[in-house]
Amino acid sequence: MSRWPRWIAGAALVALPFVYHAPYPLHIAILILIWSFAYTSWSAMGRFGLTSLGHGGFMGTGAYVTALLWNRGGVSPWLGIPVALLAGALLAVLVAYPCFRYRITGHYFALVTLALGGIVLQVITATRDYTGGSLGYTPERYQGGSSLYALQFSGKTTWYLIALAVWAAGLYVWYRVDGSMLRYALEAISEDEDAAAATGVHVTAEKLKITVVSAAMTALAGALYCQYQMFISPDTVSGISVSLQMVFAAVVGGLYVALGPTVGAVITILMAEVLRISVGTRAVGWDNLVYGALLVVFIVFLPKGILGTVLAHRQR
Amino acid sequence: MGIFDVYLLEALINGVLLGGVLALLSLGLNLVFGVIDVVWICYAELIMLGMYAMYFLSRVYHAPMVLAAAICIVTVGVLGVLLHVVVIAPLLGAAPINQLLATGGVLFFLQSAATILFGIEFKNLGVRLPVLKVAGMFISYARLLAFGAALIGMVLVYLFLRRTYTGTAIRAIAQDRQIMTLMGVDSRRIYVITSALGGGLAGLAACLLVLQYDVHPFVGLTFGPITFLICVLGGLGNFGGGFVAAFVFAEIISVGGLYLDLEWGYVFAFAFFIAMMFVRPQGLLARRS
Repeated sequence: MSRWPRWIAGAALVALPFVYHAPYPLHIAILILIWSFAYTSWSAMGRFGLTSLGHGGFMGTGAYVTALLWNRGGVSPWLGIPVALLAGALLAVLVAYPCFRYRITGHYFALVTLALGGIVLQVITATRDYTGGSLGYTPERYQGGSSLYALQFSGKTTWYLIALAVWAAGLYVWYRVDGSMLRYALEAISEDEDAAAATGVHVTAEKLKITVVSAAMTALAGALYCQYQMFISPDTVSGISVSLQMVFAAVVGGLYVALGPTVGAVITILMAEVLRISVGTRAVGWDNLVYGALLVVFIVFLPKGILGTVLAHRQR
Repeated sequence: MGIFDVYLLEALINGVLLGGVLALLSLGLNLVFGVIDVVWICYAELIMLGMYAMYFLSRVYHAPMVLAAAICIVTVGVLGVLLHVVVIAPLLGAAPINQLLATGGVLFFLQSAATILFGIEFKNLGVRLPVLKVAGMFISYARLLAFGAALIGMVLVYLFLRRTYTGTAIRAIAQDRQIMTLMGVDSRRIYVITSALGGGLAGLAACLLVLQYDVHPFVGLTFGPITFLICVLGGLGNFGGGFVAAFVFAEIISVGGLYLDLEWGYVFAFAFFIAMMFVRPQGLLARRS
């Protein structure tokens, strides 16, 4: 397949805000890009059978570390975000290394990560003197308007381009992993750990690599979300609902194809917005109702997800 | 008074009482996992629906408590069967993680269905049970009742599993699902019975929890995670382990909550869980292989 369609689509996405810049659609586009990046980060490890139900923990770490460093220490997000990524990666190593070392897989791994997500949520809530607890937290505005130093921009176009770049970087990582030896090692591991180990794959190290990458990317998504929305609360960036939301969007879109999580994000966010606009405030709950039902239907009938199924049909 | 501080003692006793309820919560989930090999991520949402059933039966329709509790248990039992037939049965051959995710979809579905049907207001039974004062300690009567009922429920399930023919079949399936079908046990029937039983236990837990907590659509998120962790800590499918783990967890939460905030109690409990997973990955009471 030629690479032209990809470049044209990319150019069209970059040009979009200059041609069409109504604030609301751009806002939705930015949210879709940020969440797509988060879902892609999840699927980077999720596609190898490493089902984490605790990625909300990494996202929360990314968001809160960045915001706390800015408000408390006056540290620019340019330094704060790398620190936050490091914190997310460290958290991942802390939990994942023993998990992999002691062969905690499948259900057990999912539930250990669930506990990790729970810990991060509870710590954020418990340290309410610093984080504002469940009421949420707002990074301080830097002298009003936009500032490159504080990574705060009032224009939506700027944010759109940043989110687009990060999203594209996420896809690049996905393709790099897809084309590397790491992918073959991890696929072998997900089929049969003992057999993989017997053929010389360093099981713990390979799994740890992808987990750290995935966790750091998710922390970046959290930091980005925080800088864009300028408001975070434990329930919107961390906790079990966020973790499950990542899993579900990735599964609905398609876990095994690069753009699957993006398709999942487009579908879930657009559905929530359309319902909110057409039904109004009475719509509270309807989006998740459809969402939950869809998820069950997808797992029963279309386990490859929407995009995965479409691509599989085209190949035949 | 050092270690025999009256507050510490109170926290310890409350921990034991909380442990009884947590043990009951984990019993149903453990049963379903042990027999069907499926984790119901939406288990706590079944409890939430049970709590709403109790609320409507007793507040709106003024049914007597005991009748309301009976209806509640049966209703949630039926929901358990529905969950199995509609969602789990088609996925029995699929990868285990798919079943986990599908019940996760049910979790979202039930949560939002409750939001739409009942609204997001906190609702309570309006029954305030008295508080016992023993030697300067305050012990909630509702917790005592829940503890007692949880113990009775667990003994009944134990007797059912040990003393009846169906119970024996359930335990046999849990040990080896291939062989037992060859021996003439209808595994589909056993699965349905187990789901009904698991749901019924969730219903019983709902009756007891509604006495102490307000019900709202997201109440499941408060009990859900802790229930899974208890089951895993005890070893999924290991009833004795789950029982012990429930009390260990409850004590950590209760005593941790005494010295710091309640959230820190949960943080300690979760951290303890992660640490224990590395020490005893097969569960607290697992035999070393």
